[in-house]
Amino acid sequence: MEDNCILTMKGISKAFPGVQALSDVDFSLHRGEIHALMGENGAGKSTLIKVLTGVNRQDAGTIELDGKEMLAKSPLQAQALGISTVYQEVNLCPNLSVAENILIGREPHRMGGIDWRALNARARKILTWLDVDIDVRQSLGMYPLAIQQMVAISRALEISAKILILDEPTSSLAVHETAKLFQVMRKLKSEGMGIVFITHFLDQVYQIADRITVLRNGNLVGAYTTAALPRFELVAKMIGRNLTELEDMSRFRAETGRHIAGEVLVEATGLGRVGFVEPLDLTLHAGEVLGFAGLLGSGRTETANLIFGIDKADSGSLKINGAAVVKHGPLNSIHQGMAFCPEDRKADGVVGDLTVRENIILALQASRGWFKFLSKKKQYAVADKYIQLLSISTPNADQLVKNLSGGNQQKVILARWLATDPKILILDEPTRGIDVGAKAEIQKLVLVLASEGKGCVFISSELDEVLRTSHRVVIMRDGAKVAELAGDEIDEQAVMTVIAGG
Amino acid sequence: MKLAIDRKFVPLMVTIGLFILLYIYGIVQYKGFSSPQVFLNLLIDNAFLLITSIGMTFVIISGGIDLSVGAIIAFTTVFSAFLLETMGWSPAIVIPLVLLIGVGQGAIVGGLIHYFKVQPFIVTLASMFFFRGMCFVISTDAITINNEFYRAVALLRIPIYGKAFISVNVVIFLVVLVAAMYLAHLTRFGRTIYAIGGNEQSALLMGLPVARTKILVYTLNGFCSALAGVVFSIYMLSGYGLNTVGLELEAIASVVIGGTLLTGGVGYVIGTVFGVLIQGLIQTTIMFQGTLSSWWTKIVIGLLTLFFIGLQSVFASANRSRMAARTQKQAPSPAADAGLAANAAKQ
Amino acid sequence: MTPSKSWWERLRHSSLFWPVLVLALVMGFNLIFTPNFFQLEVKDGHLFGSLVDVLNRGSPLMLLALGMTMVIATGGVDLSVGAVIAICGATAAVLIGHTTDVTNTPLPLVIIITLGVAILCGLWNGLLVSRGNIQPMVATLVLMVAGRGIAQLITDGQIITIYYPPFFFIGGGYLLGLPFPLFIVVAVFFFAWLLTRRTAIGLFVESVGTNASSSFYSGINEKNIKLLVYVFCSFCAGIGGLIISSNVKSADANNAGLWTELDAILAVVIGGTLMTGGRFSLAGSVIGALLIQSVTTTIYAFGVPPEVVQVVKAMVVLVVVLLYSEPVKLGLDKLAKRKEVQL
Repeated sequence: MEDNCILTMKGISKAFPGVQALSDVDFSLHRGEIHALMGENGAGKSTLIKVLTGVNRQDAGTIELDGKEMLAKSPLQAQALGISTVYQEVNLCPNLSVAENILIGREPHRMGGIDWRALNARARKILTWLDVDIDVRQSLGMYPLAIQQMVAISRALEISAKILILDEPTSSLAVHETAKLFQVMRKLKSEGMGIVFITHFLDQVYQIADRITVLRNGNLVGAYTTAALPRFELVAKMIGRNLTELEDMSRFRAETGRHIAGEVLVEATGLGRVGFVEPLDLTLHAGEVLGFAGLLGSGRTETANLIFGIDKADSGSLKINGAAVVKHGPLNSIHQGMAFCPEDRKADGVVGDLTVRENIILALQASRGWFKFLSKKKQYAVADKYIQLLSISTPNADQLVKNLSGGNQQKVILARWLATDPKILILDEPTRGIDVGAKAEIQKLVLVLASEGKGCVFISSELDEVLRTSHRVVIMRDGAKVAELAGDEIDEQAVMTVIAGG
Repeated sequence: MKLAIDRKFVPLMVTIGLFILLYIYGIVQYKGFSSPQVFLNLLIDNAFLLITSIGMTFVIISGGIDLSVGAIIAFTTVFSAFLLETMGWSPAIVIPLVLLIGVGQGAIVGGLIHYFKVQPFIVTLASMFFFRGMCFVISTDAITINNEFYRAVALLRIPIYGKAFISVNVVIFLVVLVAAMYLAHLTRFGRTIYAIGGNEQSALLMGLPVARTKILVYTLNGFCSALAGVVFSIYMLSGYGLNTVGLELEAIASVVIGGTLLTGGVGYVIGTVFGVLIQGLIQTTIMFQGTLSSWWTKIVIGLLTLFFIGLQSVFASANRSRMAARTQKQAPSPAADAGLAANAAKQ
Repeated sequence: MTPSKSWWERLRHSSLFWPVLVLALVMGFNLIFTPNFFQLEVKDGHLFGSLVDVLNRGSPLMLLALGMTMVIATGGVDLSVGAVIAICGATAAVLIGHTTDVTNTPLPLVIIITLGVAILCGLWNGLLVSRGNIQPMVATLVLMVAGRGIAQLITDGQIITIYYPPFFFIGGGYLLGLPFPLFIVVAVFFFAWLLTRRTAIGLFVESVGTNASSSFYSGINEKNIKLLVYVFCSFCAGIGGLIISSNVKSADANNAGLWTELDAILAVVIGGTLMTGGRFSLAGSVIGALLIQSVTTTIYAFGVPPEVVQVVKAMVVLVVVLLYSEPVKLGLDKLAKRKEVQL
């Protein structure tokens, strides 16, 4: 089988300041195979690809392409060597025509100018080979993402790629578009191309992938033949099972679980948003922790966004504290006693150039409006209180937040929301990027808050965390709520079975 | 399989339509408007604006902007006049020299913008200030150009048809126009400019020479404004630092009215030409009207610019929401999009 | 934990450090080469001298810089301030009329209406940016172009001369021996300081300028913050317009406030506010304006013609902007990081 290997990556390690993204990871790709690369957020998939395509340089390990050692210093070099990537955002120019996108930089010329006729003909030829029939003269932006992906693939083919990397290509595709993509992939595979397929959709992996490599927390879990790996086992390997560490959490939860107050804080009926969340029902009671389980991209964050008011729902109704919501939006939600710790702390959470103190009191101040300004003394008091409570590692409250480590930044965001003394707390991946000890602290904190009568929504990709802290668990898959388990029903096996679907 | 008319042509068609409408209004309202010389005068009087606006079109398509063109033109006129009259140099040296200065300025500006990642408007604003100042350093008063060559060229009338004529400046403009259209549609350089304006990040990932192209765009624009300055010197036969104050805004307005998106990536040189012509037409109409003062032109241009920006904004958000609806996360949708559905059915 | 740096450290890291240092250098330069720069004499109960000149002539610029600061802090820019100056000067002149010693409208009303017009301009810009989602440079460009036309509309194309002495007090009067505009600047500065540092507005502006999305998630109404800063900027430009037309005793729609937008932006950038938005410093902008004004006055004192000043200013803008640019900052950061404590 060795000669059939077009790509061999051995012992790849890569560290970024504060986090070991990859440790000693192997990855191999055969000619004419579709190889799925899987793992949850932070597993290291994108880092592995970045190392392969020359965006980053590995700290250790070797890469061999076609038997020869390879070191790409830039994506362009990688392209020249035959490795092409089609990203989720496609990375083409929507204002140029389809044909141009495929051939720009290598246009056929005639008598000193671009030969448009030849250009269009060549583009048409490639697309026809891929079984795509469109007007290549129209701007790319006029076509749906599925077609744009085909164009990106065509460009890769034009540059004669040996290896094609598809990064989450199906996240935004309809069923028939995905089918079409698979058709193309199979064709390319039959031509001997090696395809790396990064995805979190289990169904699709079983439909199209020959082999699967699973990464978790920067480590290689293993490489398997698809046919030989049952779904359930795959999910288990992706999610990991570290229940041993904190068994007392389950005990704590079991105790507090008996004290659920029952007052309904949030009631969603048929709440949905076309293209993002299928209409669902949800209730959150005071004194309980409602966990959201599901794989990446299952719609948990989108649901949270709907509840907090970041996005507007297309259907259904939402009642907060018993009253229908009017003028939905972050500020209104804060006034209702809601807090939302967002998933993407860099884009939506942290205000980097402001100090720790300012970040912490931000939402609290927003709820008071423009004129009821918190005195500096009060600001420091609040900031200091939470720096201590959450053990935020910072020399003082005037440190700029962008200089803090990721984990501490997360704690600052959490502090911001705790400072508003909310009744309802929505936490989206609050433990991401935090060290193990701190993770446990936060989970315990969530339970404590619940025991104080607050209602918490706890979203995490770490299944064991969700299981440990939640009184009830909502399981989401592909944008829809598929199950809800409570109390004794909450069982690792049960949840994973539901997530795995199949 | 053909889709509906590409939306990006709509603003251009609106512009051309507007020009035709205005022209018809003029013909209907005023006697003498229908003389072909009225149209040709539009070209003669605005040749310099046309040339510099063409340069500006490329800059804006690439996603940037250049606020210094008016100053470059003025500087070119002053420096030319100075060299010709006070120093007695020959046009054969003066003209290439001032063009070279324009090119040099463009290259420096482009380099600063790309390598220091500074916003174009502030670099070019500084450049504008610099060259305006330099005008007055050379001479605070206007310098009349008496040079024979310039005078001869200025007075030359090239007959077109019957009594209608154009000037040498118009010929220069036409050459620039043809060259620009060739560049924009038939060269890799031109297409790269569009790509950069569309998505610079993607252009980089696609392997296009972004740095080189960006700098060349500003260099090209520098050349165009210097050339416009030469044309203006011929037209006015004088060099004066207070010439063409605010011209950059007129150029930008022409580009916008011509259908080029300020955000970059979309635009046509011919659209800009119509943008300039519309401005000239409004001016001419007001002149024919007789009672309205010429400053109404400024207000109308401002409002027109706003209208076209608004039009662009509406299209942009319509496109965005269409794209957002298409790029749905997770949930599959029964969308029956052209091209795929037919093929899927074939399976 | 309250801040515990030594005063020297705080000074060095303060954003005011460089502007003040350069200003001190300019003053030092004058001390050596133009000793009569610092000469002050009292005539008719008024203080005179180059220093006073700087403060007096620099008043409109200081006001513009104050207004521009917050616009830039939200990541935007206002190119229409010059046009607003022209519009406001025209409004005031027309309201007053050209009869000698008599005004058609009571002076307080003139001021109120003029400032109202300025606020309207600010609302126009602010709505285009915050609700229309139009890029600030583009949105304010429109008023920059059309504004002069509007000003000419108001003055009917003429340069209107004002003959009403009480109006001249705004720009040319003296209070307690010092030029009146100075007091206006102090009052507006105080008001701006109150508005931004004694309410949450300053914090919100900095937050929106740094990360608009995070600000939205935190419940900040970033649309209204943006609207406010453009209104305030035009308001300041309106006051500047009153001072300028009072000084020249006329309203010139074409030339009033010409090119002042670049000076204002330069003053703000020198003062330490980044063009990309975020932290701002009102004091820094005022110092920046003073710096520009004193450099200008110094150069004039040497008999250098105003054109050269223009050229020098342009080069200074460029150097300052480049110094504050990302690649340079990253380079300097790398040097500094070696000394900083890692978290």
